[in-house]
Amino acid sequence: MSQQEWPLWEVFIRSKKGLNHKHVGSLRAPDAQLAVENARDVYTRRSEGISIWVVLSNDIVASDPSESPELFEPADDKVYRHPTFYDVPDGISHM
Amino acid sequence: MEKFNYLLRLGDDSLILGQRLAEWCGHGPILEEDIAMTNISLDLIGQAISVLNYAGDVECKGRDGDALAFLRLEKDYKNLLLVEQKNGDFGDTMMRQFLFDAYRKLLFERLQSSTDKQLAAIAEKSLKETRYHFKHSAEWVIRLGDGTDESHKRVQNSLNNLWRYTDELFYVDASDKVLTKQGILPDLSDLKSLWLQEVNTVLDLATLQIPTNNWQFEGGRKGVHSEHMGYLLSELQFMQRVYPNMEW
Amino acid sequence: MLILFVLIVLKHIFVLLSCVPMENKNLELLEEKFQQKIDQDIKIEPNDWMPDNYRQTLIRQISQHAHSEVVGMLPEGNWITRAPNLRRKAVLLAKVQDEAGHGLYLYSAVETLGADREDTIDDLHSGKVKYSSIFNYPTLSWADMGAIGWLVDGAAIMNQVPLCRCSYGPYARAMVRVCKEESFHQRQGFEIMTTLCKGTLEQKAMAQDAFNRFWWPALMMFGPNDADSKHSAQSMKWKIKRSTNDELRQQFIDVTVPQAELLGLTIPDADLKWNESTNHYDFGTINWDEFWQVVNGNGPCNAERIEARTKAKENGLWVRAAAMAHAEKQRERTKQSA
Repeated sequence: MSQQEWPLWEVFIRSKKGLNHKHVGSLRAPDAQLAVENARDVYTRRSEGISIWVVLSNDIVASDPSESPELFEPADDKVYRHPTFYDVPDGISHM
Repeated sequence: MEKFNYLLRLGDDSLILGQRLAEWCGHGPILEEDIAMTNISLDLIGQAISVLNYAGDVECKGRDGDALAFLRLEKDYKNLLLVEQKNGDFGDTMMRQFLFDAYRKLLFERLQSSTDKQLAAIAEKSLKETRYHFKHSAEWVIRLGDGTDESHKRVQNSLNNLWRYTDELFYVDASDKVLTKQGILPDLSDLKSLWLQEVNTVLDLATLQIPTNNWQFEGGRKGVHSEHMGYLLSELQFMQRVYPNMEW
Repeated sequence: MLILFVLIVLKHIFVLLSCVPMENKNLELLEEKFQQKIDQDIKIEPNDWMPDNYRQTLIRQISQHAHSEVVGMLPEGNWITRAPNLRRKAVLLAKVQDEAGHGLYLYSAVETLGADREDTIDDLHSGKVKYSSIFNYPTLSWADMGAIGWLVDGAAIMNQVPLCRCSYGPYARAMVRVCKEESFHQRQGFEIMTTLCKGTLEQKAMAQDAFNRFWWPALMMFGPNDADSKHSAQSMKWKIKRSTNDELRQQFIDVTVPQAELLGLTIPDADLKWNESTNHYDFGTINWDEFWQVVNGNGPCNAERIEARTKAKENGLWVRAAAMAHAEKQRERTKQSA
């Protein structure tokens, strides 16, 4: 069974020029060509896209949610990275 | 009259193959392919709508695309025998599609330069669709031919059974020659050799052999069909025959 | 030596014993945190920790939902080749194709939970997992395409809109997509009904007949009464379900009755009447015997539907195997040429 089963692919669609490819879902396909064709038929039937990326789900490396505190929280108190942290005197524009 | 006749051939090919592919809906070998075949079917029905509506305009007898699609007698349908053949297994369907797509792609490429503006526009739009169909069906023929022993055997068998309907793809009669003279039909005399080249390239990759038995059938273009056609039409025409003259 | 061994074993037993309550405590803590997230409307994503029951409930619910979309292709697929004109044929084909798409979006959500699509499909074929019972009713006339689009898709939308806010991210996102597409389905159904009701006497009768057959099964689509719905309370707490069966059913009746009246159709329920004090329609008793019979396999088309799906899969096995074999050969060829 598992030998016959097509691998899972994740699908990313660029909806129009100027935007990033965005994850939309997954599908099964035996090879990359058919994965792209299937993605076209499954995820762009209503002109939702102008470009498709497919990648084998197994090839995606994700961060571990249990490590989220040490990965992401240290950035939370670095407010000086945001422009709103700074006072700009009245009368100054274009900054 | 010649133009009307030609448009019927073009429109009926789309209509009948679209109808056949629609039979797969809900029964495809895998959900993704179900959607793919339905998409091809939708393109073909779309083509049938524009071509048959145009045929109705050309005929000038008050028949629209629906009247032509649903209310003719069997002998007045002018589609290829190839497209009315039963779906069979997935390999039969893909082989039928591949042989047809390879021909239609070349045909639409030529028809784009027809002096008939409307026909040229239809061809231009249909060509985009057909290029995709061809890519999809050709890739499948390769997958199945090169795949397993079983799939190779099955799809070789499909090719053996369908090959006999391929000469008819290039059927030309006096009516076509009139259109060629008028520039409505571009010169298509080299279509068959180009088609053979395309087909051979794919069949090579698929490790499939053109059958040695080259006895050929024709008839669809003249309205002489196979036994399957009557059943296909009885479904297609069911509502219009049982409830005539109504809006739906 | 023996003493040492005994000591080690004892130590292990001690460690094990002390771990059990600790683990339980941990689990409680995790579950508490999980519920807090849900209460704060923070979405749960695939890799997040979730209680096993939450995962299992979702797998069951989403796969049932996916199966319903796919089995739902069959009753309507039954009329594609007989559609009365080319426009209707194209619309119906596109609609049924959408159902396949919806099935796929949902299977894709199931797979994020670690369930395998093909395993869940095998569970469908073996009867272990159910699908929406409405698809076990036959489609006998063209008007059924109208009734299904209008009533069945209408009821489905009502069920599905709240799910767009479901706590599980991939399911909620799939539902957003599905709902967007479903509204075309309901409109095309209503358009078919409108055309029939404005048509000849024969067409009107066809519409009424379809309405008569699909009205009650459509009401059953919302599931058993709240009092008899075994999963409801927990699912509501987890925000997998966001309205109760009876609430949704009432909402459906309230919006659909005026639409039926507009079409000039008679509602096949002698007890149906507007209730001024509740501001809702009162309606007759649903035949729950029939409901459970159909759920448990005795509907008019249960056997055909499962047979058709099983056959589709079996007939596709050689195709799938061929595609995999070819892909494997291609990989080998690239390796050799490199």
